[in-house]
Amino acid sequence: MKRRARFLLFAAAASFSLLVQGQTPRSGGELVFPVPSEPPSYDGHREETFGLIHPIAPFYNTLLRVDPNDKSGTRPYPSLAESWTVSPDGRTYTFKLHRGVRFHDGSEMTSKDVKASYDKIIFPPAGVGSTRKGQYANVEKVEAPDPYTVVFHLKEKSGSFIASLLSPYNFIYKADILAKDMHWYEKNIMGTGPFTFVEHVKGSHVVGRKNPNYWDKGKPYLDGFRAIFMRESAAQVAAVRGERAHIQFRGFTPKDRDNLKAALGDRITVQESPWDCILLGAINHEKKPFDDRRVRRALTLALDRHGASKALSQIAIVKSVAGVQVPGTPFATPPEELNKLAGYWTDPEKSRAEAKKLLKEAGVPEGFSFTFKNRGIPMPYEPLGVWMIDQWRRIGLNVKQEVIEAAAYFGVIRKGDFEVAMDFQCGYIVEPDLDMYKFLSVDRNPANYGRYKDPVLDQLYDQQSRETDPEKRKAIVRQFEKRVLDDEAHYLMTLQWHRIVPHSSKVKGWTVTPSHYLNNTLDTVWLTE
Amino acid sequence: MLKRLLAMIPTLLGVAVLIFVLLRIVPGDVVEARYLAQGSQFQSQELMNQERAKLGLDQPIWKQFTTWMAGLARLDFGLSMWTGAPITEEIKLRFALSLQLAIMASLIAQCLAIPLGILAAIRQDTWVDYAVRVFSIAGLATPSFWLGILMILVMLISFKWVPPMVFTPLWVNPWENLAQLIWPALAVGYRYSAVGTRMMRSAMLEVLREDYIRTARAKGLWPKLILARHALKNAILPVLTVMSLEFAFLLGGLVVTEQVFNLNGLGMLFVDAISHRDYTLTQALVMLVATFFLFVNFFVDIAYAWIDPRIRYR
Amino acid sequence: MPGSTLESAIAEPRAAQGPRGLAVVLEFVRRRPLGAIGAGIILLMAMAAATAGLLAPYDPLANDYAAMLAAPGREHWLGTDAHGRDVLSRILYGSRTALMVGLGASLLGATLGSLIGVASAYFGGRTDLFVQRIMDVFFAFPVIILALAVVAVLGTGAGNVILAIATPMVPRCARVVRSSALSVREMPYVDAARASGFGHARIILRHMLPNVMAPILIMATAFLGEAILLEASLSFLGLGVQEPTAAWGLMLRGAAVEFAESAPWMAIFPGLAISLAVFGFNLFGDSLRDALDPRLRTQ
Repeated sequence: MKRRARFLLFAAAASFSLLVQGQTPRSGGELVFPVPSEPPSYDGHREETFGLIHPIAPFYNTLLRVDPNDKSGTRPYPSLAESWTVSPDGRTYTFKLHRGVRFHDGSEMTSKDVKASYDKIIFPPAGVGSTRKGQYANVEKVEAPDPYTVVFHLKEKSGSFIASLLSPYNFIYKADILAKDMHWYEKNIMGTGPFTFVEHVKGSHVVGRKNPNYWDKGKPYLDGFRAIFMRESAAQVAAVRGERAHIQFRGFTPKDRDNLKAALGDRITVQESPWDCILLGAINHEKKPFDDRRVRRALTLALDRHGASKALSQIAIVKSVAGVQVPGTPFATPPEELNKLAGYWTDPEKSRAEAKKLLKEAGVPEGFSFTFKNRGIPMPYEPLGVWMIDQWRRIGLNVKQEVIEAAAYFGVIRKGDFEVAMDFQCGYIVEPDLDMYKFLSVDRNPANYGRYKDPVLDQLYDQQSRETDPEKRKAIVRQFEKRVLDDEAHYLMTLQWHRIVPHSSKVKGWTVTPSHYLNNTLDTVWLTE
Repeated sequence: MLKRLLAMIPTLLGVAVLIFVLLRIVPGDVVEARYLAQGSQFQSQELMNQERAKLGLDQPIWKQFTTWMAGLARLDFGLSMWTGAPITEEIKLRFALSLQLAIMASLIAQCLAIPLGILAAIRQDTWVDYAVRVFSIAGLATPSFWLGILMILVMLISFKWVPPMVFTPLWVNPWENLAQLIWPALAVGYRYSAVGTRMMRSAMLEVLREDYIRTARAKGLWPKLILARHALKNAILPVLTVMSLEFAFLLGGLVVTEQVFNLNGLGMLFVDAISHRDYTLTQALVMLVATFFLFVNFFVDIAYAWIDPRIRYR
Repeated sequence: MPGSTLESAIAEPRAAQGPRGLAVVLEFVRRRPLGAIGAGIILLMAMAAATAGLLAPYDPLANDYAAMLAAPGREHWLGTDAHGRDVLSRILYGSRTALMVGLGASLLGATLGSLIGVASAYFGGRTDLFVQRIMDVFFAFPVIILALAVVAVLGTGAGNVILAIATPMVPRCARVVRSSALSVREMPYVDAARASGFGHARIILRHMLPNVMAPILIMATAFLGEAILLEASLSFLGLGVQEPTAAWGLMLRGAAVEFAESAPWMAIFPGLAISLAVFGFNLFGDSLRDALDPRLRTQ
């Protein structure tokens, strides 16, 4: 009941913010946006790329979504589910569905479809790929007691379950189609979303047209959209600059932003946000001398993060100094506290002196040489790699860089064939469970490329995951952060990515969030002319 | 003739084996590219194995090869491992673009190369010769990506011209289509003309010194006639070789140009296919370009034998 | 007018190559001014490579964020890049990379290619057919794909880049050389050599190879320039030499493109260095060919 009340509040807040903007949405127009990569298939349950979200998400709805006006991209907001309640033991979530929602083929969407879609995601039959199955390991079963009610039963109570339902990939598909062919949605599109599918020309574009029977009355505002596949960021920038495209939702570099602003002035609006992606240094605990925590601490101490935040933010898509949570989001550590961690001190000389001392203690000689493996992606891997190598040179380490082609990269790193390597993590929503999973012991998470086992850390993770009181949870997250980044220096963080979306000032009703996976349903977006 | 056509089969088979083996040696596969690349928090070995099985990647190498060959024999390229769509559908639009660009670029190259080469040869060691050579060598020396970047920058700043967002096929809108492709075609054509010009020039010089030209001249034939009838016919031979071979390269090798001018051609598709470890698509592309190349070659050989009677194929 | 030039072109025989040493050089400069300019550029580049350590005003690897994106001036003659590294110093050190990769790849590619081409033409028949089929297989691969595959298999780094660049050059050189060698094979002196019972190797190396030197030279010099270009392209695509090593192609990558408008020195100077070097090699090679071509000499 409490939840329902909160919802009304959100809805009110949403409409209020529209009023604050002082403009009533105008209907009409086609939104044109470049997408840097083309979707491999159309099945959101199977894929893991924004190349699918940007052109395909407008054709679908999810059970819940993030509030389209929330810059932190964390606030749950109703979509196909109007409201929900949680049982006192925190293990049963009951959702009330919106009535009168129709698929593009005219049939009504009911709880049967939601159940079938989530069953496909959580309990995929043999031969059906679901990337996010692991994320819902806590779900015992999904039930559809009546056409407008869906119930999720969890094995244990969880502080993150609602957040996990905000995934923009969890499109609701039609049960009848899935019953006939689980792979149908890989090659076809048919949802409940604000836009209906017109065409996809391979190597060129995807076109969507306004769904006139959309269940959320009055929306969408746009007549349609055109997603154009363009690999090169220079071409994307040129398209926005030439006013042939309105926006590119993933983000541009700081320099692109400045150029666009200089060329177009008021006709460009810039939205920025810390980005829920970060490059990390994976330190292989199986290779000497990196099994020594003093050496690992020296590596992180060597990085002058505050200096880099000023310098690199001019040339790369990074900015904030960050711990394990994106700065400015509910569970993030405030700066003054974060700056106490090793490598986050504000005096770089002091850090370097400490780093040199630690290396000496660990018996690592001056001029010690190792290879840093980096991934063959220009932005921001390359500038960050150049920066890190230079920073390590300053504490007397002689580092060579070996760049491995992007597709082969994680295959190589997974095998443990490296000393120190660039690692990457990126989430669709800022949420401790998702963001900290990376650091769990290697036997629990094969994507822990540091290859360590740390039961204490695992225990902290489980504790915070079950904690439903936000304040208590924050405290445990802090402990976790200190252990992984400072005490043990298992992993080292570079700078938080920074998402910069300079777009045509004609585009309204779209808010940047820390994730380029979020907020792409386009139902609230409109054009001024 | 038929024999030479049949001789393509072992070559194609060789190409098939080579690309097949190369792709399997290159580390990583399409499943890793799909599930490890996005920095996802949850990775499942089970899911990856499942996907591999679905794509037939768990089968022994020889079996994968014979399956592919059996398909090829029926002219069935199969499905792209990355998108699951038929490969013909993936290639269609890109092929039209690349072919047209290749034709335009090589036409431009030849229109530049042949007259310039002749001019330089008959005026050897004069300022005309020097100017032609500097012009053509400058084209050869400028990195195409650099030239492209500068070109776009200049056009953006001075004419507000931006590269096209999507490719319009010739049959849809000829005017728009040509307006899109003329710049990259010029950039590429100029560059490739250099090879032709220098080839044309040196071949002309050689031919001009051959005994039979001298004899012809001794017999008092009008010099221009000699030039046209004898010299040109023989000089054009190596030029034809080089240019036609370049043509096949133009089809699939314009990676950097396509990148700079934002063209979705076969070159970029190649790069994508390799970076996704899309074995089937890469293989199909290589086979396509190779077949194309062999046919061009075949026609060059016929032309050779026709132009130069000294060469006969047994 | 064209007629008279043509006549003189046909009638005027080339002087035999007589003088030696310095005289040869002077003669070359006088007769082939373009070639001399090319040679000058190459010399300049070689000197830059040899003395980069002395000439470079800064450490080419040292980042200096206080001086990032500095315009050309007294401190930094050619400005600095996005990490504050001195562009001039990186260009000087970059000439080492370019020379090493260019020479290595073109020597390897042209040598292998011309040997295969001449041998194939000489033996003819089935051998020729077989070799041509093998070459065709490699040849049918677009250069960049072959290079991509080689780099993907072997990894990046200067040595592997040389291999990657040389591989596609072999069949191209073999092909062109073979087509010239085909007509040479029919020449009386080759028959004569065969009749005198000379070994295959000797006939190929002594009698046939010199007579197809012209196309080999054209290919080899073109390769030299092309190898430098290809190295730059591969590095530009991120598949060649790796940061923080100083290499011209790398300098044009990433920030150089993005900052082309506001910090053009980052893109212009390394681009000029590449163009100038390739230009020099081609100019020189072109003139050298004119001078050395046996068919342009009087017999």
